[in-house]
Amino acid sequence: MAKLPVPVSQIVAEFGPTLNDEPVGGWRGRGEPDKLVKTHCCFCGQQCGIQLKVRDNRVIGFEPWEEFPFNKGKLCPKGVKRYMQNNHPDRLLAPLKRVEGKGFVPIQWEEAFSTTVREIQRVQSQYGKDAVAFLSGVSLTNEKSYLAGKFARLALQTKELDYNGRLCMVSAGAGNKKAFGVDRAANYWDDILLADVILCTGTNVAECSPITTDYIWRARDRGAKLIMIDPRVTPMVRTCDLHLPIRPGTDSALMTAILRVLIEEGFVNEEFVREHTNGWEETRQVALETSLEEASRICGVHVDDIVKAGRMWGAAKTSFLLHARGIEHQVKGVDNVLSCINIVLATGRIGRPGCGYGTITGQGNGQGGREHGHKCDQLPGNREIENPEHRAYICGVWGIEDSELPHAGHTAQEIMNMIHEGEIKALISICFNPLVSLPDSNFTREALSRLEHFTAIDFFLSETAHHADIVMAGSLHEEEEGTSTSAEGRVIRIRQAVTPPGDAKTDTSILLELARRLGRGQYFQFESSEDIFNELRVASKGGTADYYGITYDRIEKEMGVFWPCPEIGHPGTPRLFEDLQFSKPGGRAVFNPTPYRPPAEETDEEYPVILTTGRVVSQYLSGTQTRRLGGLVELCPEPYVEIHPSLASEHGIADGDWMTVESRRGRVTLRAKVVTTIRPDTVFIPYHWPGKKSANNLTGRFLDPVSKIPEFKRSVVRIRKAEGAGPQED
Amino acid sequence: MSERRLYIDPSRCIGCNACVEACSECETHAGFSMIHLETIQRGDTVQTTPVVCMHCDDPACAAVCPADAIKRTPDGAVQTSLKPRCIGCSNCVFACPFGVPKYHAGYDQMMKCDLCYDRTSVGKKPMCATVCPSQAILYGTPEEIAQGRRGTPINEFVFGGTTVRTKVSLMMPHGTDRLDVKRSAIVRKSDLIQLARVQSE
Repeated sequence: MAKLPVPVSQIVAEFGPTLNDEPVGGWRGRGEPDKLVKTHCCFCGQQCGIQLKVRDNRVIGFEPWEEFPFNKGKLCPKGVKRYMQNNHPDRLLAPLKRVEGKGFVPIQWEEAFSTTVREIQRVQSQYGKDAVAFLSGVSLTNEKSYLAGKFARLALQTKELDYNGRLCMVSAGAGNKKAFGVDRAANYWDDILLADVILCTGTNVAECSPITTDYIWRARDRGAKLIMIDPRVTPMVRTCDLHLPIRPGTDSALMTAILRVLIEEGFVNEEFVREHTNGWEETRQVALETSLEEASRICGVHVDDIVKAGRMWGAAKTSFLLHARGIEHQVKGVDNVLSCINIVLATGRIGRPGCGYGTITGQGNGQGGREHGHKCDQLPGNREIENPEHRAYICGVWGIEDSELPHAGHTAQEIMNMIHEGEIKALISICFNPLVSLPDSNFTREALSRLEHFTAIDFFLSETAHHADIVMAGSLHEEEEGTSTSAEGRVIRIRQAVTPPGDAKTDTSILLELARRLGRGQYFQFESSEDIFNELRVASKGGTADYYGITYDRIEKEMGVFWPCPEIGHPGTPRLFEDLQFSKPGGRAVFNPTPYRPPAEETDEEYPVILTTGRVVSQYLSGTQTRRLGGLVELCPEPYVEIHPSLASEHGIADGDWMTVESRRGRVTLRAKVVTTIRPDTVFIPYHWPGKKSANNLTGRFLDPVSKIPEFKRSVVRIRKAEGAGPQED
Repeated sequence: MSERRLYIDPSRCIGCNACVEACSECETHAGFSMIHLETIQRGDTVQTTPVVCMHCDDPACAAVCPADAIKRTPDGAVQTSLKPRCIGCSNCVFACPFGVPKYHAGYDQMMKCDLCYDRTSVGKKPMCATVCPSQAILYGTPEEIAQGRRGTPINEFVFGGTTVRTKVSLMMPHGTDRLDVKRSAIVRKSDLIQLARVQSE
């Protein structure tokens, strides 16, 4: 019974989002803090250092942490306001159960645990172990990510486990593994400072990783050139040296054309290619098969600009290539990533100071969370679940037989499809709001309503949790000890500034208690987060993401340690591949040819406009947290449609008008923001909002065949000026 | 080493509002930001710029204050209005050539950036310059600027024949030595769209 017990408006009236505008005690009465806790921001992969002010076991403010080396005190507005969650009026203070016609009512923990366990056992005895799925997320610490994977596989004994990183870094991860055999940004950000040319593609650096802009600017101050590939003029595009305004969904064609320029103009580092790579000949052939004119036609970028980009990249002595979701959120996300890696390898600029490559991880612990086994096909240490040696090692660490370790399950979107089809009957979720974040929201809503049982662990009642039978009040980032791993691969300490308020529990204690009640407590004998980390260290030992030499003590003393760090005495690895040894056969990096594949949907007469989606600086992901923080909501209260004046005028749409955007999946009606800073064939909508304002009413469930990431960055739509007023709350 | 100063570099500004949000966290004026962010012709550009008090050598705000409520410290920081003196007349709001002071009804006084006197006096940076992700607001020495930054800092502005010198500097392209602010006749594309809309109705 995962249908809503009462209308959404009633749930929202009780559980928010309501806006928290003032700290505990009000602006004038918060008083002096008892202590300052050095921890990190929870809102994005940069994981900026921050100090939280704590008084009477409540977070009352922040103070910049200028000694932390990555951000040296710098914060974006999300960081400034992140402290307002712990005292938030919407904060769940007790477990809840769904009561038809009444909504969600507080219950005792005993009832929450016993109902969940009874339902899980009922579903599993009736339909089989795999009829229960576990969905997790990478805003969780490394410890909780590791625990989530072990919990699903050993306590729930299901193979159907996946995570919201499926909507984030999986294309980059798959590309990194194919090319380098290891999945991490190849360099720490200090190498950006030494680069002569910086190429950013599919990344709105300014809004999605604001601190990184200072690294780029410091390089530019010493003369570095900046190339930006983006369908929009974002704040970093505005001043860049070369802007390639690409048509969304065509990235591999552009990067392959740039590779062709490198080949034709003699910029290929033949010695590096010969000595340190495999697969060049085939990749070279594919690059030469498509003319620059054909690439230009596909991408909507002028041939001259493609040549300029190739020459700028080719002639540089040092370089850094950064990409993010813009190229990764496509049905050829992995190809796009590989097409970027190809130009890095062709010029041999990796593994040296100022020679770098990396994806800008989006989620808080997007890096660490993708390494330790809550991904459907992965075991801790970034091991593979179908590799017999990897299985044997983890079985040894966990003290189980191979037969007790489930095999690969399905990915997040596939799990939602299986829920929709009735193959999966029950769900436990933590740190995931698929109703807002998955594509095709109407489909997701229908799927959730078909569950026989749904337990959600959350600190605020997310839109997805509206469909739960049981909600367990879990913990915020600042309410539990742990570690996370930043976009740079730096493992850092997350501090418990306060204990969970009211009757809320830590996420860890909830999972441990569930495991105990499921009769699997013997595998979960942890007294502290550090115990879990120490098991994670052992479990990751010998894997590509090796944390064995990293301890809580070391992280604190050294302000973070970069993995791989295989031994206690090992200094950590800020820059990968310095020895030009790659984790692939023969120690050679691999070129992968990327012949062009079209997007899932092409424009046609019925749906003639391209839609792309993305973030704004003041919101984070599905907005579960940030749509409740007054200061942040004020900065961008509503989603909108960015549209070029030439397209707008064709439809009689003026700035500020309500307009309807419609795809084959659904529609939204939002205000037009008429701007010349976007391609005339493309509209943009930020995706942080639920219900009738959700950009994901429009996006489709089209997946990359390898990474299974959905194609958020390219849909086709039709637009019209809306009659009457705009969207109503639902 | 020279004393540290505040530099504003609009080319770096990413419009994130971290400066504004952080400013409003200060205990002395909590919930109220003493600086603001200007969005410039969003129809045509994503350009934004933080507006902090420029701390003029001869501040117009203080000169026009009938209650003598705006003081300048010996080291050149122009202070927010003195609470018992400010009569809320808003002369300063109208007089400032940079559009900085705001009258805040809740506090019933004019409040504006005072260079985080509580922080800078103990060797810290002002809050906005501490958090600014792109370092469009930088607190540093002239030497750091000369060595590290492209562009030239200027602190001389001409408004209709009146020259104003300031403690805070603005980063401009190389070769600029002063900013002559003229009234210009820019027609925005968004204005044209608006015009077309009015005509069609």
